[in-house]
Amino acid sequence: MKGVLESLVRGLGNGSVYALLALGFVIVYKATRVISFAQPAFMIAGAVAVSHLAGTTGFYLAVPLAALLVAGLALGVERVAIRPMVGRPVFVVAIITLGIDVVVRVVVNGFIGLDVRQVGDPWGLSLVEVGGLAVQQRWIAMLLTTAVLVSLLFAFFRYTRYGLAMRAAAFDQETALAQGVSVGMVFALSWALAGGLAAIAGTFAGTGQGVDQLTWIIALKALPAIIVGGLDSLGGAVIGGLAIGVVESLVQSYQGDLAPWLGQNFAVVTPYAVMLLVLLVRPYGLFGTPEVERV
Amino acid sequence: MTERTGQVGVRPGVRPDSGPGGPGAVRARRPKGRPLLYTAYAQDMALLDTRAKKAGLALLLGAAVLLSGLPDDLLVLLAAGYVAAIGAIGLNIVTGYAGQVSLGHAFFVAVGAYTAAAVSGDPGGRTLGFGITSMLVWLPAAGAAAALAGVLVAPLAARLRGLYLAIVTLGLVFLGEHVFKEWDHLTGGPGVGRPAAVPELFGFRFDADSALGTRAQSLYMLMLVLLVVFAVAARNLARSRIGRAFSAIRDRDIAAEVIGVPLTRYKTLAFAISSGYAGCAGALMYTVTGFFDPGSFNLLMSVQFIAMVLIGGVATVSGAIAGALFVTLLPRITQELPALLPFVSADTTQTPNVFQIQVALYGLLIVLFLVFEPRGLFGIWIRARAYWKSWPFSY
Repeated sequence: MKGVLESLVRGLGNGSVYALLALGFVIVYKATRVISFAQPAFMIAGAVAVSHLAGTTGFYLAVPLAALLVAGLALGVERVAIRPMVGRPVFVVAIITLGIDVVVRVVVNGFIGLDVRQVGDPWGLSLVEVGGLAVQQRWIAMLLTTAVLVSLLFAFFRYTRYGLAMRAAAFDQETALAQGVSVGMVFALSWALAGGLAAIAGTFAGTGQGVDQLTWIIALKALPAIIVGGLDSLGGAVIGGLAIGVVESLVQSYQGDLAPWLGQNFAVVTPYAVMLLVLLVRPYGLFGTPEVERV
Repeated sequence: MTERTGQVGVRPGVRPDSGPGGPGAVRARRPKGRPLLYTAYAQDMALLDTRAKKAGLALLLGAAVLLSGLPDDLLVLLAAGYVAAIGAIGLNIVTGYAGQVSLGHAFFVAVGAYTAAAVSGDPGGRTLGFGITSMLVWLPAAGAAAALAGVLVAPLAARLRGLYLAIVTLGLVFLGEHVFKEWDHLTGGPGVGRPAAVPELFGFRFDADSALGTRAQSLYMLMLVLLVVFAVAARNLARSRIGRAFSAIRDRDIAAEVIGVPLTRYKTLAFAISSGYAGCAGALMYTVTGFFDPGSFNLLMSVQFIAMVLIGGVATVSGAIAGALFVTLLPRITQELPALLPFVSADTTQTPNVFQIQVALYGLLIVLFLVFEPRGLFGIWIRARAYWKSWPFSY
């Protein structure tokens, strides 16, 4: 039982990273109806920025700085490559984001080099005893940060003027435009938010084990999370991310004994397997809105 | 869509028997000096509808055959480009013609590659093999196995649309990569790999020097012939009833369903054919190098195929071939960069090195083409042609 609980906490910790990334995907999707495949690049850019800044400014200042930096980068990318494509098929824009991802990652990899870079976090791999369970400190930090960020984000969408504008634009772009909402601003803001969230997620993904040239793969696991939760549901993204993290962690702990025929490291691909299973039952995810087509 | 659509398309004022395959089909001739005046449906639907296209294709094929006199290293590269073109044509069928976004092409390529390698492999070897080296067996087997994989994926694909489909096919690549890395007996395991299929036809080995030419020359000619076969087949598919159904689905799937295109059947068919092409490409791809590793079938390979289709031109066969050749030759071109630009290093440990530039170029070219020339290289060709066609009044 203790093992199960510890595995659960690890899953929630990793899951909160997926949840942050998934939120970025969903915010961009709701605003522009496009899945931004550039999220992995923003995530790794954030982690690398923190690893370079932490030495001079300290970790706690480096994280918000990196988030702002990457948000600015995302803003620039949106302005240069995405805005001119408004009105084009979503597939085309999605592939453009894929291209951006490849380019940005190559540039960022240049700043990583061949070794593993440490993000300079204060937690490392040290443990803390919580109710008889040995829990890594970084998982608690991840969960708490995610909880705070998610509540801030939901409050932002619920209570602020810009949040209202974003909800209106997500609901119906043309009507929002007619009411005086600057839809271009909404696009820019959604990309910046997604970039900032990805940067923080990247930093947390880099705590403990550090950042190397393969860390970006983690960001792709947020894709199953948003599919499970539903592409256009913010709550679904959080729940989907946590669920994917927990399932992955449980599989990592027990698949070796229970189902060895699945092969080593099956945990790495569990998110995709879970996604396929959920899609067979619910094609729009758990909380997604089914698409209604009018002819 | 009824069974007999041939007669419906015949233009008014034309004898029905001049329609395609009609009884006693008379080949209607075009009036002299009016190359763009079509007087029969068959002319409109012809594979090469103008004399310029016939001459151009003949010239291109002639040039391709003459290229076999090139140095061996370039020939091997071009042969790899032709194989990649087969795969790109396949992706173009599902993504370009039928409009179903697939990021899972690498998975189907892998299925084909391993089927072919297993069928033709050494039965006493370290990895699985059945020892049937004839290409007549392993090439269709690879295509069939990959097509079957496509049909198995199709129920999911037919239910999903747009970006959901893109993500599911992306998941397929990761799941496939896991299976191939774990299934040592088939794939040799990561970092080790296994020998590829043996290109042998009626006792003639294409991967060895012979009286007819060097190894590179034989492989080059083999891939050229196969590419022509696959390209013509795809072109014919595109202008057939099936191709028109695909285009209808791409343009608006609900409208297609309303006019009587069975969506599930045609989406399944698109995936099956596209995967079949991918399987054949996978089977041939590694006969050139002779050896392959399960790690190669990753997301980057899928992105490369997408890049080929987008750079070449969506929903065109010639565009897919041009794009495939471009993407395959790109590494060779970037290799020359250090000589031209002194700050670019050929050493992998330095930071602006050729490998980084090469990968970044895939991404950059995708973005640039989509923003500035969505029809790709094919679009550039169309623009150049239109310029000269209306010369000197082109502005």
